[in-house]
Amino acid sequence: MSITVLRPGLLTSIQDTGRYGFQKYGVIANGAMDVYSLKMANVLVGNKEAEAALEITLMGPMISANKDMLIAITGADLSPTVDGLPLPAWRPVLIKKGSIIKFGVPKFGCRAYLAVAGGFALEKLMHSKSTYLRGEIGGFKGRALQKEDILEIGEYSQHSMQLFSKLQNRDSAGSFVATDWFIDPQLFFPSSNETLIRVLPGRQYHYLTEKGKKELSEEVFQITPQSDRMGFRLSGPAMELQEKGDMLSEAVAFGTVQLPPNGNPIILLADRQTTGGYPKIAQVASVDLAYLAQRKPGETIRFRLITLDEAEQLYLAKERLWKQLKHAVLLKQ
Amino acid sequence: MAHTKIDLRTNVHIEPFSDSAILIEFGKEANKDTHQHIQQLTRYLDQHSFLGFIEYIPAFTNVVVFYDPLVIYENYQNSLQKVSPYKIVSALLAEIMEKLNGDGEYNPRIVEIPVCYGGEFGPDLELVASINKLTPEEVITIHTSGEYLVHMIGFAPGFPFLGGMSKKIAAPRQPSPRPLIPPGSVGIAGVQTGVYPIGTPGGWNLIGRTPVDLFLPKENPPSLLQAGDMVKFRPISQEEYNGWKGGISI
Repeated sequence: MSITVLRPGLLTSIQDTGRYGFQKYGVIANGAMDVYSLKMANVLVGNKEAEAALEITLMGPMISANKDMLIAITGADLSPTVDGLPLPAWRPVLIKKGSIIKFGVPKFGCRAYLAVAGGFALEKLMHSKSTYLRGEIGGFKGRALQKEDILEIGEYSQHSMQLFSKLQNRDSAGSFVATDWFIDPQLFFPSSNETLIRVLPGRQYHYLTEKGKKELSEEVFQITPQSDRMGFRLSGPAMELQEKGDMLSEAVAFGTVQLPPNGNPIILLADRQTTGGYPKIAQVASVDLAYLAQRKPGETIRFRLITLDEAEQLYLAKERLWKQLKHAVLLKQ
Repeated sequence: MAHTKIDLRTNVHIEPFSDSAILIEFGKEANKDTHQHIQQLTRYLDQHSFLGFIEYIPAFTNVVVFYDPLVIYENYQNSLQKVSPYKIVSALLAEIMEKLNGDGEYNPRIVEIPVCYGGEFGPDLELVASINKLTPEEVITIHTSGEYLVHMIGFAPGFPFLGGMSKKIAAPRQPSPRPLIPPGSVGIAGVQTGVYPIGTPGGWNLIGRTPVDLFLPKENPPSLLQAGDMVKFRPISQEEYNGWKGGISI
């Protein structure tokens, strides 16, 4: 069982929940930018939540299914279709052999995830199937997908098989069969116009001048076109530091907001280096990382400082909601 | 050489790094004591990780430990009351550090890295020499006579941050970075020396190149060097470089 890439789109790569445990050796974590959407796509088709899926950026690919297969699309709404008909997202869909999946205009968000039941049959590198694009290793041949790539699909789980036969038994002459139930994306992205990103003060927050601190929490920052999976480069007021001088390199994390000498912050994301030497003025609360990852260049964000206690409570609440959703899906299957 | 004991009251500072990571700082300066304290903690974590532990990243003066707040919250709240995941991890790590009593020998691995100096591999060797009023041969002699401590691995996979280079061969970075530095390049930037494991842009002065791979993605560990190792450089000829096969035995 396999899929064939007929057109690769802007940037389509294999990503799972990331390559963790090797950052002490300088190995980049990689993985999905929006981990919750990736995990949900997997759960919907009966995969383990950490399985690899296609991460599709803004302009999606064109893909053909070489056999009947079960898929789910989550994350950004990039107007997916099957043989020209709208493909329902956030639910399991049985795609008939020979059908062609295409993407159109981006309606919401930046990154969609396409999971296939059985996952992608790729060798793991350092416990992960994620693609390290700059290092040209991992994933599918260490690179973004290209025209004529053929990706093999792995073994179905018990859950996937049950779901597959349920959908197969439904009478349908079309190119696909979808369940009538689905996950409400509003649960993941509460309001699509909200630009507020909650942050904790970073380790060098106190390096900022009083004016800089005010700017960080009151001004609007734009995500520039020089942004990618490594980081969002922001433009806004050039913030100043009262404390300067050399800093020793130390660890950074997903969502660390660094301030280089030019005063324009960089938010580090999935393909960040493991360590950095710029002052860390803020740290995005984990609860807002997936939402942040769906912002596109040109859009604006604002920061709001919260306390560690608030960030922890928000995170625990989101994880509990995630567990409930996962159980709900498993019951449906 | 025995470790010095970690004194929690004076030597250690603990603070939140994010809502799912904690930072433990062992001093303000990068020195051997600080480094050994970091080594004691990370080696302990290698042997006895705790439920909810994800990984750690060591640096010059501190270690950041990443954890899963939900796992921590759900598994430790009985023994340590219902408090925040950060407070639970903070208490767990303080407990661990109490146990690190400084026993045990400190025997770093010594890793010898062969380097072909100068020529096309070291286009900036002459520059480094002239800045320091030395001959290229003297630069090589000073560079190869040093013993370098691997303080940390970071920036790129397998890239060692080395301490201990002689100031006699220090040289400022290139005014504009080269678009691509070939893997294996050995460079000098300020008072630091290092080896590039993968091709990347960079502003270091290149003095030579090693035929040995520092990033080993298919092996475990995937890095030739680890924090705590001592590195020595050994000069080799162009012929030896060309005929080099495989890695080195440590």
